This record gives sequence, structure tokens and C-alpha cells, in this order.
Amino acid sequence: MRGMGNEYIVLAHGAGGRESEQLIKQIFNIVRLRKVNNGIGLDEFDDGALIPLRTNFVVSMDSYTVDPIFFPGGDIGKLAAAGSINDVAVMGAEPFAALDSIVVEEGFPIRDLRKVINSMVKVFEFENVALISGDFKVMPREKVDKIIITTVVLGRLDNPSQIFLDSNVKPGDKIIVTGPVGDHGAVITALRMGIEAEIGELKSDCQPVTPIMRIAKHVGGVHAAKDPTRGGLAMALNEFAGKSNVAIFIDEDLIPIREEVRALSDMLGIDPLALACEGRVVLSVDPNYADDLLSSLRKNGFSEATIVGEAKDDHEWNGFVILKTEAGGLRILEKPTGELTPRIC
Amino acid sequence: MEIQDIWRPFKDRKIAEKVAQKINYIASQLEKKGFDKIKIMHVCGTHEHTITYYGIRTLLPPNVEVIAGPGCPVCTVPAREIDEAIKLAKSGIKVFTYGDMYRVPGSYESLSQAKAKGADVTVVYSFLDAVNLAKKTNKDTVFFGVGFETTAPTAASFIVTNRVPKNLYILMSYRITVPAVEYILEADHDLNGIICPGHVSTIIGAGAWSFIAEKYGLPTVVAGFEPIDILLAVHEILNQLYTGKIRIVNEYRRVVKWEGNLTAKAYLEEAFYVADRDWRGIGIIPKSGWLLREKYEHLDARKRFGVHVEKGLDIKGDCKCAEIILGRATPVDCPYFGKSCTPQHPIGPCMVSSEGTCSIWYKYGGHLIQKLQRTKYE
Repeated sequence: MRGMGNEYIVLAHGAGGRESEQLIKQIFNIVRLRKVNNGIGLDEFDDGALIPLRTNFVVSMDSYTVDPIFFPGGDIGKLAAAGSINDVAVMGAEPFAALDSIVVEEGFPIRDLRKVINSMVKVFEFENVALISGDFKVMPREKVDKIIITTVVLGRLDNPSQIFLDSNVKPGDKIIVTGPVGDHGAVITALRMGIEAEIGELKSDCQPVTPIMRIAKHVGGVHAAKDPTRGGLAMALNEFAGKSNVAIFIDEDLIPIREEVRALSDMLGIDPLALACEGRVVLSVDPNYADDLLSSLRKNGFSEATIVGEAKDDHEWNGFVILKTEAGGLRILEKPTGELTPRIC
Repeated sequence: MEIQDIWRPFKDRKIAEKVAQKINYIASQLEKKGFDKIKIMHVCGTHEHTITYYGIRTLLPPNVEVIAGPGCPVCTVPAREIDEAIKLAKSGIKVFTYGDMYRVPGSYESLSQAKAKGADVTVVYSFLDAVNLAKKTNKDTVFFGVGFETTAPTAASFIVTNRVPKNLYILMSYRITVPAVEYILEADHDLNGIICPGHVSTIIGAGAWSFIAEKYGLPTVVAGFEPIDILLAVHEILNQLYTGKIRIVNEYRRVVKWEGNLTAKAYLEEAFYVADRDWRGIGIIPKSGWLLREKYEHLDARKRFGVHVEKGLDIKGDCKCAEIILGRATPVDCPYFGKSCTPQHPIGPCMVSSEGTCSIWYKYGGHLIQKLQRTKYE
């Protein structure tokens, strides 16, 4: 890649010929985990990859279009890796392989492409996830906004009975949030509204949640897990309540929210509970395990993990999330509607 | 001191619970005096937001009801005037509108639907945005001037100081809240107190509302927008009912002055004159709107482009928006609410605007309030 520092993507880079081959080989030479077991992977540069396996696996796919592509705490590459890893991890699986598809706008600086791919590959490598296959295309100027990355992540689920489904919340479960909510959504919204100055020290929480899920599986008692991305905590809790047909009671005063996120939300008139997280998990946990899990999480770096409420069987409110507000009144925490900020991930 | 240190105490749960306890106590004393139902009306979409968002109604005793009155500016603009804006936008003129107005249905369609069919509509955050965008084009442009006493002064200041670009005209749809409250109090009503809007009062001053206590004998409180502001206002109203000493109180002294913002008021006076105007689904309310003074008539989009829609379709079927704006109904009284009428497919304006009562109730489950009032959180 030497000499490519000031170069830009041209249509030929996506034409599938010599230029494509050269660019992709150069940019992806940083990937060290290139196949699963003795399968077929990135080295073969073939039409697909082969995964020799005798187990269940969980698979998830997401496209990432975040605007701006670089933000405090990460970039679109880190997000594309962590985001799909998280979707697989919160199902209870252990991510092991990934595929990517990248669409770049003509004229995009190759230096920036390199930066985001580096971020993506770094996350995959740290998580021991092999990048085994992918695709790369170029679109003419203004036909796509800078870059879109799609990733597919596969995870092993050795014991299929230990899958964490949204529909498996049980009455009596304690609801645990593993860290402050809304950081990612607040950062991106503030950048998009042009009020960078208000962000201060705040960073996106974008990171893999695999360490959280390993602790959760180790302690046990987890019935359901979810990463509250678009729609934030409000959406995640509503999915739990709706799919499990339980009433979820939450005390807003207990929800960890950073001061900067509160201030930004107040200023913009948005609900921090509807702001996306990219590195938190909402867990629904058997009450007999909840305290152990909480102290394990807190001891292992998730010091702000908190029990924020519980699930109940309440014939009047099954399917609803009831929030005791900051001021002590009660309201329904509804699913967010409308576009809060488009293209946050 | 950080800015949030000023308002954070106004959300504090312990303080809120203390005020709520006092409210419950006075309400029980009032009940003994024969007040089975105490109805308090507020006049501001942001108040309705605070009340619903923080679940204030679940903190109030059963004999105290707080209802929303005319507090949603875009909800009051008659369909006729939206039709005029659409006509202009379809004739090749660029129309600037606030986002809140963008999706409000006119007689047949909204500005956003018209835009989808090719009309020239741009959403702006302020009159200043419109001024800046108008300067960047050679086209004729029109600012859809909707709002209450809060938004009107910005336009007025540009007009008076001669800073409106030559290709920018104004479609005057501003309305005034005070006459609307007077209109409600002149008719049959069962109100026991009024919470006056903090933002509007910042401009017109707390003093503008003193007639409510003096002429109509109702406890009157100008209130801020945090949950404890509202609770303190309710407490003050109950206290006045109990002691019989009816007066106006400015609870929002940290922002609102008795005489208001004199500069803004002077701009309004200089640029506009007060006229009888019709409100959506309600009809004419005397002296309830502003039009451009003769001196500034050259900025009037209606006169410049000869656009005039005589009659519009304000209310569709059994939509209850007009009654809701007058504080005579709540969203649950409407057969469409949450069924055929949702923020995605609004039938009336109250379901569109972020200050519309229906939209707020839909977003935060306000329609389930009675069930919530019976619910205990343990």
C-alpha cells in the first residue's frame, strides 16, 4: 500500500479486474485469521468459504451506514465488526467467523478506507474471529454516501438449549443494564446537529460485548439478552415485554446515564432511553442469580452495571413496559416512533 | 455552576414526592369542602409533554385533573392556510416551513405530500434559516409564518430592521394565545384554574394573564417546564382555591418577567396589527392573530402572489382535534386515536406536531393514564 496515501477510489477499483484484485489484496493483507479450522478462506480468494463444523451456529448480518464515518470512540469499521459480533454474542453464541461486503463511493480517499478496514480487522482479530470471505464494490460519485459496510458474523452455540431469546423473559426476572445507556446515539446525534462542542469527553460505547456475555454464561441464570442498538433501551425492553408477554417495571432513577448524555438529551428534547448503545447489554436474569451476576460484572470492568427493574406477570400490563419516571410518576415506556436520527449505525 | 444545575433540582424525585404529598393533602381538604372535581387547564404543548413524559397525572389525587388547552401552534392553523402554502409551493415558489408544520394535513394533503409530488418545500428551524436560504436563490420564496407569541417576534425583528431579502415573502398565520384562553373562559366551562405557558409569557410577560384571576376569578400560575414546576403550579392553584385568595402567581420567575420582553413586544407592535382570525375547526376568535401592517404589506405573500383559499376542510369525520385544543376533550374521546390516526398516518393536526396532545399521548402512553393511576410500583 505504500504510495497509496493520497490516492482515491476510482470506478476501476470495483470493476473486478486487476485494480480490484490489487487493492483488495493490499488492503486485506493485514488479516491474520483467514479461515476456520482447515476450511477454505481468504487466502484462496475463491467464490466462497468452507467451514468444516459439527455444531449449531448462530448467524447475523447487518449493514453499516453511520454518518459521520469517524466519531469519538470509533469509526464505521469498528462498528461494522463489533455490531455483528454483538448480535451473535447476545444470542449466547461464541463468534468465530465473519464475512464482509464493502461498497465505496468513487473518490473516497484510500487512506480513509485503510483506516476503517484496519479498525474492523483489529476488532475481528482481538475477538478471534476469522474474516473468511467478502466483496468489494465501487459506486459512482454521489450514488452512495462515502462507504457502506455489510458484515455477517457466525457464532458457535455448543449447547442449543442455552440460546438467549427475547421471548424467554420470565416473571420475577431482574433486568440488568451493563453500563450507561445512550452514549453512541448521543455522540452521533450531536455530531449530526453540528454541536460537537457539547460532546466534551463523551465517546461512543462501540465495542464487542463478548466479555459481558462470557461472564453472563459463566454465572448462569440468564433468560434473555439483547444489545440495545437502534431504538435504545426503550425498544429493547419493549421487545422483551412483547415477545415474552410479561410486564416490565423499570425505575428510571436506577438507569445509568452519563451526565453529558442527559444534558444533550435535555438540550435536543430527545429521550435518552431511545438513544442507541453499541456496547451494552440488557439481561433478563433469574432473581437467584442476579446479585451474583451483578457483582461478577462489576468486578470485571463493568462497574456501572445495574439492576434497573424486573419482569412481572401482571394481566393488566403484560406486553407493556412501565417506567417510574425521574419525578416519581408512572408512564408507559413506548417503542420510539419516527426518525430520531437516521444513519446512526 | 453548570447549566443543568439550574434545572436538575426541578426533576428531583424526593422534592416531587413532597410536593405531591402536599397536593394530595389540600385536595382531600378541598374534597371535604365539596370540590369533587378540580379541573386545571394548561395552555402549552411543552407543558403537556412534561406532564405526560414524567407521569405527573399519576402523582395527582383522583379529584384533580390537569387537561391540555390551546398550546399547539401548528394545530390551530386552519386547513385553508395550509392549502395556500401548498398552492404557492406548487406554483414554483419555494416555501419554507417549520418541521412541525411539514406533515400537518391541509384540506387534501400536507406540505410533505405535496413535496413528494414535486412542490418546492424546504424545512427550516427558524426565520433566520429562511433568510439565509432565500439569499442563495434567485427564486421567489415564502416563509410560512406560523406560531404563537414565541416565534412571531423573530420574523417581526427582521421585518422592522429591514433585513428580509427582496425575494422572501411571508404567509402570515401567526396566532395569539391570550385571546384563545379568553374565548374558552367566555364560553361555558368547568375550569378551576389555569396554568399559563412559560415560553409565551417570556415574551408577553406574566402580567398579560392577570385578567384570568381578576375577571374570571380563577387561580392563575405562570409555570416552567420541569415536573416540579408543574407540581408547584398545581399546588398553588389548590392552595388558592382553599384559601379563597385568587390571584396570579409567577412560578417561573427564573425566566419570566412581569412585563415580558419589551424589545420583542416593540417589534411585534411595529410590524403587525392584531386581527380577528379563525382557528382550525373552531372558527373566528376575536383579536387572535397578527397580520402585516400596511407599511410592510409588500412582504405579504397573499398580496404578492394573489393566493387566497376561501374555505378549507379543517376537521375530517369525527376527529376531535378542535375540542382537544379547547380543553373540552382528551385524545381518548376520539374514535380514531391510535387506531386509524397515528403519527405515521395522522388524520388531525394534534397527532402530527410534537406539541400536539394526541402525538404526546401516543408516544408516551397517555391514553392508558387511568389504568396507570390505579397501578402501584413496588
